[in-house]
Amino acid sequence: MEFKNLKLSKKTTFVIWVIIIAFIIAAPSILPVFRLNLLGRYLSLAIVALGVDLIWGFTGLLSLGQGIFFALGGYCAAMYLQITSSSEFPNNIPEFFGLYGVDNLPFFWEPFRSPIFSLFAIWVIPALVAGILGFLVFRNRIKGVYFSILTQAALLVFFNFFNGQQKLINGTNGLKTDVTQLFGQMVGSESIQRMFFWITALLVIAAWFFSKWVVKGRFGNILIGIRDDEPRVRFTGYNPVLFKTIIFSIAGGLAGISGALYTVQSGIVSPQFMTVPFSIEMVIWVAVGGRGTLLGAILGAVLINYAKSLVSEALPASWMFIQGGLFILVVTALPEGVLGWLQGEGPRNLLQKLGLKRKIETYPSLEIKNETEGLKNE
Amino acid sequence: MNKNTNSLLSLENISVSFEGFLALNDLNLSLKKGELRAVIGPNGAGKTTFLDVITGKVKPTKGDVFFKGKSLIGRKEHKIARLGVGRKFQSPRVFENLTVKENLEISVSTPKSPLNLINKKIKNDQLDEIEHLMKVINLSKKINSKAGALSHGQKQWLEIAMLLGQKPDLMLVDEPVAGLTDEETDLTADLLKSLSGDNTVVVIDHDMEFIRRLDSNVSVLNQGTVLCEGTMDTIQNDKKVIDVYLGRPEE
Repeated sequence: MEFKNLKLSKKTTFVIWVIIIAFIIAAPSILPVFRLNLLGRYLSLAIVALGVDLIWGFTGLLSLGQGIFFALGGYCAAMYLQITSSSEFPNNIPEFFGLYGVDNLPFFWEPFRSPIFSLFAIWVIPALVAGILGFLVFRNRIKGVYFSILTQAALLVFFNFFNGQQKLINGTNGLKTDVTQLFGQMVGSESIQRMFFWITALLVIAAWFFSKWVVKGRFGNILIGIRDDEPRVRFTGYNPVLFKTIIFSIAGGLAGISGALYTVQSGIVSPQFMTVPFSIEMVIWVAVGGRGTLLGAILGAVLINYAKSLVSEALPASWMFIQGGLFILVVTALPEGVLGWLQGEGPRNLLQKLGLKRKIETYPSLEIKNETEGLKNE
Repeated sequence: MNKNTNSLLSLENISVSFEGFLALNDLNLSLKKGELRAVIGPNGAGKTTFLDVITGKVKPTKGDVFFKGKSLIGRKEHKIARLGVGRKFQSPRVFENLTVKENLEISVSTPKSPLNLINKKIKNDQLDEIEHLMKVINLSKKINSKAGALSHGQKQWLEIAMLLGQKPDLMLVDEPVAGLTDEETDLTADLLKSLSGDNTVVVIDHDMEFIRRLDSNVSVLNQGTVLCEGTMDTIQNDKKVIDVYLGRPEE
């Protein structure tokens, strides 16, 4: 796949951000509660998409296993909410344990009584898991298709493990969060959900600034170098394993934050977060929005998911076809994604094809001119 | 064990076998500090494998490589590069999606740790170094152009500048004049000549005119081993070399 490095102009970025922020500020007053909640969820998905853009768009690592880290973040958030809301249940442990005859809290639940630990765990645990997994894979120089397959295999391992652990984390049923308590209120209540919407919106912006900071400058240039010609980076004295491990770990941390925000706004975390199609969808959002643009990842995640829910309501079962078609369209016609197309020659070429804009005289015409001059001299 | 302590680089009895095929066969070669050495040989003689062994890309089946008295065998590519071995590839390999300046920043930056790169701004003396390199390769006007937009010759030169920016003690230059115009070839020869003395340079090429212009010692590789070493005149009159490589003019 040919990668082009797209740098959105400051003006375009600014305009898109003004639109996004205006929309986010207006959303709570113009959208019904149900839609606002959906928007909040999709905004949280934008954060995992930013991570995918960092590792895929910039570093060339196509991970099909980001669902692992997304789910881990979700589980951390859900465990905190469940354990702190379990005082009225037998043994003061979450209700589901009773179903399986578990009387004692599994040891790894204990630290989640602490809100501070939980807030860190949401991003540190996925980042650590990603870092360890990444280091082992990158150290052995597994890349390209093999890397993608390996991440997908890891995803399946995690999925099956979480699915089977009823006595530890309620297995396939997952952990519900909407009926738990936070600040003395139900997490599913309107006021708490509204708060989560604002937190999500702020964190999307923060995650964008953070990602921007990571890829700007020399560190980001090395990532691009690794994407385009990894051996060359190595022979220049850099160790690509470290750079790849760091960026994969950062993407894992972002996925964790994203998963936690998604969980608290959708009311449940379950192994369904680790299904194969969901992790592939994350890649599609970035591909459609525009690889290597960061902003494209955010727009792709939010708009595609919003379209998905609108289409699914109107024409159930048709979404898979539309999503597949969208992906094919992007791969064949807009390889740089929508933002990449807008930023490049795309709009001008389209206008030209429609006959609305005159062609700009370019270099070849100059050459012709020289040739005729040459003939005259002879 | 390093027999020849005067040499910067020495390859001792190096053999490389790719599934039974001997790419290098008991190769011995040593370079003095500040030397300029040309390496020639027919296709498949093992020229590129020879560079791969030094830079750590290929592990030899037998033998040892010493650089500044240290064995390079078993060291990772980036560690060898940090020890002071720089390599320019056959086709110009610059980072096409980065600008000329960004390419040079990558090469001059030290230390090469992720933390240093993400936290700190590039040092002033490194910026000066970039400016100096831009002048050497005559690309000052293109500092903010994407390297991918440069002409073939400019890419070759940018890669040489990136090599210089690494400040290597040993520069391995693989076919630096492939695809260059005659004038660019001459300039490149002069540049490489001016570098030897301070730097130790190994040049691999096919272009005999270019090699002659380098006016250096030449090693002729054939079938993975050193066939002959000496000045251009010596090797041009060597019967073995004529047979396998140069060919007889009268034929």
